[in-house]
Amino acid sequence: MSESEKPVSLKDTIRLCALVFAAVVCATGLMIYTSFLPHYGWTAKVSIILAIATVNAFLVAGYLMHLLSEKKLVYTVLGFTVFFVIGLAGLTICATNGFPPGTVSH
Amino acid sequence: MEIPYTTEHRPDTGLYNAKLGVWLFLASEVMLFGGLFSAYVLLRVGAEPGMWPHGWLNVTLGSINTLLLALSAITTLLAWAACKVRDFGKFKIFHACTMILAIAFLGIKSYEYRDKFLHYEIALNNGTFADGHLVEKSADFDLANKTGAVTLHGHIVEDRKELMDLRSPEAQKAEHKELVIPAADIKKMQNYGPWHNTFTAIYFTMSGLHALHILGGTLVIFYLWGPGSRMYKTDPERFTNRIEVSGLFWHFVDLVWIFLFPVMYLT
Amino acid sequence: MQSNVQQFPPFREVPPTHAHHDHGHGEHHEPGFWQKYIFSTDHKVIGIQYGFMALCFMLFGFFLMLLMRWQIAHPGVPVPVFGPLLEKILGQPAAHGAISPDLYNSFGAMHGTIMVFLGVVPLAFAAFGNYVVPLMIGAPDMTFPRINMASFHAFFLGGVVMLVSFFIPGGAAQAGWTSYSPLATTIPTHGQAFWLVGMVLLITSSLLGAVNFIATIVQLRAPGMTWMRLPWFVWAQFVTAFILLLAFPPLEAAGVLQLMDNVVGTSFFLPTGLAVGGAVGQASGGGSPLLWQHLFWFLGHPEVYVLILPAMGIVAEVIANNTRKPLWGYKSLVYSALFVGFLSFIVWAHHMYMTGMGQKIATFFQATTMIISIPSVIILTCMFLSLWGGSIRINTPMLFALGFLPMFGIGGLTGLPLGLAAADLYLHDTYYVIAHFHYVVAPGTIFALFAGVYFWFPKMTGRKMNEFWGRVHFWCSFTFMNIVFMPMFAQGIKGMLRRMSDGAVNYSATRVPNAIDALPGTVMQLNGFILWAAIGLGIAQIPFIINLFWSISHGEKVNSDNPWRATTLDWQTPTPPPHGNFSHTPVVVRGPYEYSAPGHAEDFTPQDEPVDGAAPATTAHH
Ligand code: HEM
Ligand SMILES: [Cu+2]
Repeated sequence: MSESEKPVSLKDTIRLCALVFAAVVCATGLMIYTSFLPHYGWTAKVSIILAIATVNAFLVAGYLMHLLSEKKLVYTVLGFTVFFVIGLAGLTICATNGFPPGTVSH
Repeated sequence: MEIPYTTEHRPDTGLYNAKLGVWLFLASEVMLFGGLFSAYVLLRVGAEPGMWPHGWLNVTLGSINTLLLALSAITTLLAWAACKVRDFGKFKIFHACTMILAIAFLGIKSYEYRDKFLHYEIALNNGTFADGHLVEKSADFDLANKTGAVTLHGHIVEDRKELMDLRSPEAQKAEHKELVIPAADIKKMQNYGPWHNTFTAIYFTMSGLHALHILGGTLVIFYLWGPGSRMYKTDPERFTNRIEVSGLFWHFVDLVWIFLFPVMYLT
Repeated sequence: MQSNVQQFPPFREVPPTHAHHDHGHGEHHEPGFWQKYIFSTDHKVIGIQYGFMALCFMLFGFFLMLLMRWQIAHPGVPVPVFGPLLEKILGQPAAHGAISPDLYNSFGAMHGTIMVFLGVVPLAFAAFGNYVVPLMIGAPDMTFPRINMASFHAFFLGGVVMLVSFFIPGGAAQAGWTSYSPLATTIPTHGQAFWLVGMVLLITSSLLGAVNFIATIVQLRAPGMTWMRLPWFVWAQFVTAFILLLAFPPLEAAGVLQLMDNVVGTSFFLPTGLAVGGAVGQASGGGSPLLWQHLFWFLGHPEVYVLILPAMGIVAEVIANNTRKPLWGYKSLVYSALFVGFLSFIVWAHHMYMTGMGQKIATFFQATTMIISIPSVIILTCMFLSLWGGSIRINTPMLFALGFLPMFGIGGLTGLPLGLAAADLYLHDTYYVIAHFHYVVAPGTIFALFAGVYFWFPKMTGRKMNEFWGRVHFWCSFTFMNIVFMPMFAQGIKGMLRRMSDGAVNYSATRVPNAIDALPGTVMQLNGFILWAAIGLGIAQIPFIINLFWSISHGEKVNSDNPWRATTLDWQTPTPPPHGNFSHTPVVVRGPYEYSAPGHAEDFTPQDEPVDGAAPATTAHH
């Protein structure tokens, strides 16, 4: 309920924003740096970079979208959504990689 | 009877209608981009070995765009906070920034698109490949009649695979110069549009869809900033809610880019 | 959080003795024609708009099917009566009034698309959902009335795009309602692009609708209308809305990708080295045809629950009302619906066993498919058990609801062999599959929709539809439906494939006498038999159509706002409900199916009737 929400202060919000922005800049920098590292294969790089991107996304969703203090109903909806996205991607990949050997050309 | 909970929160859910509405909408957007990202993964995993491109996009421009969007996400939140504390002047300033940042983003994006459309790969009759940016086409250039010539700024490679990883030491070393190629030597000429290969296809489609979201979001923000802001005088709470809801959409669009950028530009 | 219901005045609508249309709402100006019928934001008007459009599309889709059945029974023979007309409208593809194979493909693809996306979904979900759900939960309207209007307009546009595609050179889409790539990209017609644009519009419409439904059910339930007091119909619509919300976007994504393939020349779904018409194509290749199938069926399977759940919801309401007793196992019904909705997202690849996926993943999808049939069976069982010991009132809605039960049973049970890879490899793409899902959607869902039309018609118009012609409609439809679809099981088991414009003549024993498993003459004769049954089915709809329009102005007037003596809130409103629906916010004090409560004078107790001796405000709990 609105009464239970903390009153908004512009100053605090600006401070929060500055922190988030700084963190996002650092994370982005780190991603770019990782991608130019010469001694890793693409698999390793992709994993690290995606991990950092997830942190980035967490910052934006958690703080800018106030997802860290959302209502249970929103969590429920998003929980199912994320589950289904993972199902879609995961099962599709399993199914396309799961062909018996010798039945696909490459 | 009036529709309840347009501004006040329903006690058992703690939400007003539009907020629930936008989260539901965002859930469907997650599924939409989820489907597209799945397609990306599948195409990439299914690509023939060595044929998935690396380093084809301009990291500097991509990074700038990332920062522009992150900044705009922040001005959006501040615009909402300004409304919340009933500081209309600051709201106007913050959201003006949001729109400027969004337009800058779209500007850079179009520049990148243009660059891809001017980039050609030409399969030559002798089995080699010329690759580079279009400098000019001679006036009588005609592929079908084999007249005229085209000038590229680029280089020639023996094997298409060499064009795939622009981050590789060999590609970095390659010397780029002006090449004049007569139409008679050309087997096939194609620019780096969506039809070029599955990477450009998914890149154009996903970033294009994302750009459409930016455009749509900008229009909504413009409406709320301009003509729609009259509501601030009559019903400030409801107006603030509108800013919050549109802000949530905008942040989501930023979220998509946070994944698009590394996936397309960095890996 | 304490109870929040106290602030509303206790209220009880007393059933009036006659219907009244001017229910004392002087403060609302009479809107003009455009405001009232085209740009209306009232959920009831939008519901009726959807319903009317959907019925028209369904009739059109049925007509396409009749033409196809003619072609199957008499391949290459000019269509009687309509042939010359077809040739006039469509030209070359219908030369001499006969249906060419390409035209047959167009009709097939559009029959499926129209029936599913322009017929059943808009009628079951959008029309009944829009009209009934806000009334049932005691809400003044949908949460976002203008988005509701936009949803209808997107639907309308989508329908127009689909219809226009018949008239472009090359004709409408020909790759089936499933639009598998690369077929969908290589057929030389822009019909497919129209199909995709139409689909994107229809998907948009459904998404807007879904957001609206969920928000309405969550946010606008009247005081005291707790989750477990929701009529089951509302639960069914709620789950349906979630399915639409989360399953449709991947198809939208796929649609955009296929549109790129068709219009821009990308190769998302085109494999390397794809040859078209004997020559290697121009496309860059590297794409995956299976990707389309996954994205399509990720919607496609949940979609079948979109088709069936609202129908089950209607049947549940009609049965509870006409057995005059509570639904058996309300809670099991609720949890089954939720479970079906959830599980429907992870069974889709049972449509793709023939793609040769590996054992492990096939096993996974077989397991989930078998599991999902359990809640479906629970739902059906609950409805059968609800009949037990009831003093059943037989009327047209009840007949259709009762007809639904065995028909859905047949459809569902014949799905089980299809869910097992070993059996499906044989049955896939045969008429067995056609029979299976038509039993579910035609005598199943569509019967339930008829039940709904007959049932809620008095609320919409203040008059009942004619009972005698209603029964004629039911018994004829029931008979012909079964004669149409039952033989298809036999044809399918004998190996007759679907989607063949010559009705399988080229595989028949007369054409290839020495072939092993050539289709025997009996199987071929069934084609002619089915044609006549289908025509009979068409004729059986004439009483319905006339009855529907005639009753609007000439039907028997109902003598109360609650002619079926029902408990749910939709019947506690004026007839027809005015703008804003309720004159006061109803306060709900009991569950949805309080029929024949012992010690009660009437054999039904409306959900908002105050509890005797106590003010409703203090007894309602949250
Ligand atoms: C109750 C359990 C059910 C099971 C186990 C089941 C199983 C299946 C399977 C495995 C197929 C694919 C057959 C093939 O193509 O070879 C199929 C097709 C189909 N089913 Fe069901 N089904 C069930 C219920 C339903 C329901 C409730 C509906 C619709 C309201 C439905 C509609 C369809 C449709 C439309 C198709 C054909 C899709 C096409 O065009 O290929 N099914 N079913
Ligand atoms: Cu299925």
